[in-house]
Amino acid sequence: MARYAMVVDTHRCVGCADCVMACKTENGVPLGYCRDWIVQDTWGSYPKLHLEIRSERCNHCANAPCVRCCPTAASHIVEGGIVLVSPQKCIGCKACITACPYDARYVHPDGYVDKCTFCVHRVRAGKDPACVEVCPTHCLHFGDLDDPNSVVSVLLRTRVSKTLIPEAGTRPQLYFLT
Amino acid sequence: MTSLPLVLHEEVVTSGRMNPGIDPTLTVWGWEIPFYLFLGGLVAGILFFSAFYVIRHREEDYATAVKVAPLWAPPLIVVGLLALLLDLSHWPYAWRLYTTIRWDSPMSWGAWTLGILTPLSVVWAALWLEELFPRFRWPFAWLARLITTLREWRVALAWLLAVLSVVLGIYTGILLSAFNARPFWNTSILGPLFLTSGLSTGTAMVMLLSRNRRERAHFSHLDLLLIGAELFIIIHLFMGALSSTGIKVEAAHLFLGGPYTAPFWVLVVGLGLAVPAVIEGLEVFRRRVPAAVPAALVLLGGLLLRFIVMDAGMTSRWLY
Amino acid sequence: MAKPITRREFIRISSAAVTTAALAGSGLGCRIPAFLREPPLAIPDSGVRTATWCEMCFWKCAGWVYTDGGIPQKVVGNPIDPHCRGRLCPRGTGGIGAYLDDQRLHTPLIRTEARGKQLFREASWDEALERVAQGLKQIDAKYGPGGLALFSHGSGGTWFKHLVKAMGCRNITAPSYGQCRGAREEAYTATFGEPVGSPERTDIENARCLVLIGSHLGENMHNLQVQEFANAVGNGATVIVADPRFSTAASKARWWLPIRPSTDIALLLAWIHVLLEEGLYDHDYVKRYCTGLDELRQAVRHNTPEWAYPITTIEPHTIRQTAREMARHAPATLVHPGRFTAWYGDDFQRTRANAILNALLGSWGRKGGFYNPLRASVAAYPTPAYPKGHTTWRQAPDAFPFATEVLADRVRAASIPAEGRPAPIHGWLVYCTNLPLTLLQPALTYEAIQKLDFIAAVDLMPSEITGWADVVLPECSYLERYDDLRITTTRNATIALRQPAAKPRFESKPGWWIAKGVAEKMGLGRYFPWKDIESYLETRLATIGSSLAEMQQVGVKEIDVGPHRYYFGDGEEIEFDTPSGRIELYSQQIADLGFDPVPRYTAHPEPPAGYYRLLFGRTPTHTFSRTTNNPLLCETMLENEVWIARTVAQMWGIESGDYLLLHNQDGATAGPVRAKVTERIRHDCVFLVHGFGHQQRQMARSFQRGANDNALVTQVSIDPLMGATGMRVNFVTFEVVAPPRGHAPPPLRRGEVA
Repeated sequence: MARYAMVVDTHRCVGCADCVMACKTENGVPLGYCRDWIVQDTWGSYPKLHLEIRSERCNHCANAPCVRCCPTAASHIVEGGIVLVSPQKCIGCKACITACPYDARYVHPDGYVDKCTFCVHRVRAGKDPACVEVCPTHCLHFGDLDDPNSVVSVLLRTRVSKTLIPEAGTRPQLYFLT
Repeated sequence: MTSLPLVLHEEVVTSGRMNPGIDPTLTVWGWEIPFYLFLGGLVAGILFFSAFYVIRHREEDYATAVKVAPLWAPPLIVVGLLALLLDLSHWPYAWRLYTTIRWDSPMSWGAWTLGILTPLSVVWAALWLEELFPRFRWPFAWLARLITTLREWRVALAWLLAVLSVVLGIYTGILLSAFNARPFWNTSILGPLFLTSGLSTGTAMVMLLSRNRRERAHFSHLDLLLIGAELFIIIHLFMGALSSTGIKVEAAHLFLGGPYTAPFWVLVVGLGLAVPAVIEGLEVFRRRVPAAVPAALVLLGGLLLRFIVMDAGMTSRWLY
Repeated sequence: MAKPITRREFIRISSAAVTTAALAGSGLGCRIPAFLREPPLAIPDSGVRTATWCEMCFWKCAGWVYTDGGIPQKVVGNPIDPHCRGRLCPRGTGGIGAYLDDQRLHTPLIRTEARGKQLFREASWDEALERVAQGLKQIDAKYGPGGLALFSHGSGGTWFKHLVKAMGCRNITAPSYGQCRGAREEAYTATFGEPVGSPERTDIENARCLVLIGSHLGENMHNLQVQEFANAVGNGATVIVADPRFSTAASKARWWLPIRPSTDIALLLAWIHVLLEEGLYDHDYVKRYCTGLDELRQAVRHNTPEWAYPITTIEPHTIRQTAREMARHAPATLVHPGRFTAWYGDDFQRTRANAILNALLGSWGRKGGFYNPLRASVAAYPTPAYPKGHTTWRQAPDAFPFATEVLADRVRAASIPAEGRPAPIHGWLVYCTNLPLTLLQPALTYEAIQKLDFIAAVDLMPSEITGWADVVLPECSYLERYDDLRITTTRNATIALRQPAAKPRFESKPGWWIAKGVAEKMGLGRYFPWKDIESYLETRLATIGSSLAEMQQVGVKEIDVGPHRYYFGDGEEIEFDTPSGRIELYSQQIADLGFDPVPRYTAHPEPPAGYYRLLFGRTPTHTFSRTTNNPLLCETMLENEVWIARTVAQMWGIESGDYLLLHNQDGATAGPVRAKVTERIRHDCVFLVHGFGHQQRQMARSFQRGANDNALVTQVSIDPLMGATGMRVNFVTFEVVAPPRGHAPPPLRRGEVA
């Protein structure tokens, strides 16, 4: 059974938002909405500064609060741990939106709740998510954590990494190499 | 000249994210939800006391609470449900709620509880119709027989009603508190707070409806106790938040100097809790006061509590 | 024939003058049409795909356009294209927005007058082409071909260059020569005999030490350069960045040198001094290939790090450390030449100092430095020879000695009559270059336009220049047209095909069709003898054994140019195309012209009290004003922000999110613009992303959003050697104002102070 994860190498990320654009065109994300975004995290004071740039999206948490709180099972987990929403089961109660500590979801103009799908339609065809495939700095990686030789497994083994808000207990599957 | 920060830490979203309803703060839930929460709590209070005094065999002593107030329950529930339906952004699929029970989802509990409680409240109200309206008779013989049978079982029904109304009163608080993504709500004391507030609004409703001075006085005393409990819970809520992790401290500060300070402490705690408590306290000391005043303030306070708690919770978030 | 309009007004192209189609959208709430809102294609990367190369910037990455029902859905990079290696940059990925944008030009427009007001009326193509032909012919008849000038930027300009050359006109210019890369090209040519070129011949990914001085790679999204930059960073290369702003690149650097603006020559000379003093330069390389070492040593003998310190505010030990680091990795040390180099008026000399530093490190022609690019060509389509040219700028007595291309600001100046001198230029043809937001000192642009007999503009969007034209010709986007072959050389020589992925929207037409149409109406049809664009391409492709069918299949094809050496061989004898045949550390030819043979530091004026130097640059999702209205790309940055140092902001009582007007030293104003208070910039300057502050109402998404930094470039410092227009010589002060109605929400942010 696969366990999919995405790894972002913040050393290489330049925050160009190509991932944001590729996701939009691959998935027909409505104008005014985005499924992924860029965060520039600065600390220090002039001139001793540090900047970390992250490409963020839904974390496809292993302990997903959005899936737990959905009253109709519209939010569900498929193979590999990918968290999806079935539009035909979603009633638009927005509990999942409120439950997400990463604010990764949004209400699609057609009424159902939407978010990053790890491009499940691409993954099932053996391809990488659109953001991973377009990234010009090759800072995004996607793969199976259950495969010790996958690029994500190797990176997480050999580099220091972190996740966002680990204390929220969500066990996110989006890792940032710091 | 202000002193300069030693170390600045700033996270900025630089790709223009501004998802409608999500950014810059969550606004996906509008007036419909706190309005429903208020009505749900009120109905819970009404039904609980009705059931409680049936179980305690005090039907005649507290006739308004037992028989009259429940007449309001079905319409109030229906209005609440309509508000919920209005809030759904994908409402044609609302029936999906009843295709599954999700034990991890307080919203599923609520859907099913309401699914059972709504018809049950109609039945419960029906049990008292002939008593309250002497000229009313059930149009069908089988219906009259059914009502009679149910009346014989009313204590058992009352137990069911009592349990379900407590669930109704508390589940919304549990639902909100289960969202650790909204730090302000993430406290297990929110459920008891909503339940207590709901029960309090239930007593206020009885105080407004009752023509019986004794009944009014009794429920006034009950309300006083409930308000006391509520004040205790609120203080506890803030003490807990302030001694918790940084994100919770930040959330608490929304009410301690932040934008919600005045509306909460003046309107909800002051006008909605303390003032009615004082008036009801006067009643304990046998001073005649119009029960309608504290009752109305309690109802108003309950409504505002829901609105402010909802708004503040959606404002509090972990990230940007 | 309509009464000639004596004084042009700027016409705000708005939806009243132009028919709006069913897909019209305005503002933020604009929705992608329903066919694009469907769930993702069940089979990824399915559907019809057509080859193209991108026009969102000059990098020309080849890609594949996926369409569904005749509508482009997405564009992805062609994996075999060396410009992008299969990955487009965000602008290329957002390129379908150029197709989707309903706020683009719909029909040809002709300026007319009604009730005392000038406005555009829609015209048929036949009428519009006829007007343009008439306008050009009249210029030719009255003033000769030298009376016309073509401003051109973008690949579709090929056809219009061909058209005006067919007229015998040689006044062809792109603002990017004088305003951007020109200084560096001439300085490198004077030093090494060859320019850096475009795309740059920088071997970034093999560099072990990368020095960026005034280059913000990563915000500057030149695709392959950013890919290589990330590879270099990933491979542990040392990055040294000299920049008044803590840029993205600076954040990946081992050393960030927050240099005082305008003092870069001092730093470069100090580095040169250290390399010479400590003997850290590449002795063998310098001995073999360079000339003038002793003169160089003599010239920089006083330019010590201690001397440079108070000038640049970079500490001496840092200057020494970084110089030593550069030497440690040489010759795989690349001091990036930059691209936009028109800063302070001594730009030729500054980029020459940059070149000299590279020469001392031995990076020119070496791995990790500068490689030798391939040269390739494809036979042109046979057309008659152009008529003999007219007197041009080259013959002008005050021509800049080292300029090799036409300077756009000089063409503009030649359009304005002066005391005792008539203006030689009376007509402009403008192709896809938004002069009011591009050419410095915009007041002069407006003045020149008023004096013209005729001006026509070809563009995709109703950009500001179109509001000044007599005739506006809507070109379709690159996704809707064929264009000439892309023939470029980086590490590979390739050709690429652009073919339409969709039919032109509204009444827009491809550039080749427009130029051919004008030519035919002018009687110059023999210069466009091909029946249609397909036969033009077939003919050219046949000369290298290819065909349109093949190119449609592969998109990109490599041209075999025979054996090639990317780097100098060990001990190889090389003749450089300089007067001495060697790399000129000391340039006699420059000395002969009365200028400094070795660059010398001169102090530049500092901002007066209460003013801050205006710096400007790029952001990765925009190509200046070209993309600010693109419906996909604009979401990433609706407005630019002015970066202000925290210490300065606190003095002024400005907080992030406040709106300001920027006033420069001459009283020019830009804004309102949102403030970004940050630690990431020096106290003596501010920074803006260029390309905002649009004034064309039809571009509703970008209308009056942000500040137009070009409006603040009223002072210029002209480089005496080649005429580069140094623009970083303007200073601004602040005026806090109320936030404008309908302003963009400030970015999401979470901040704390410890």
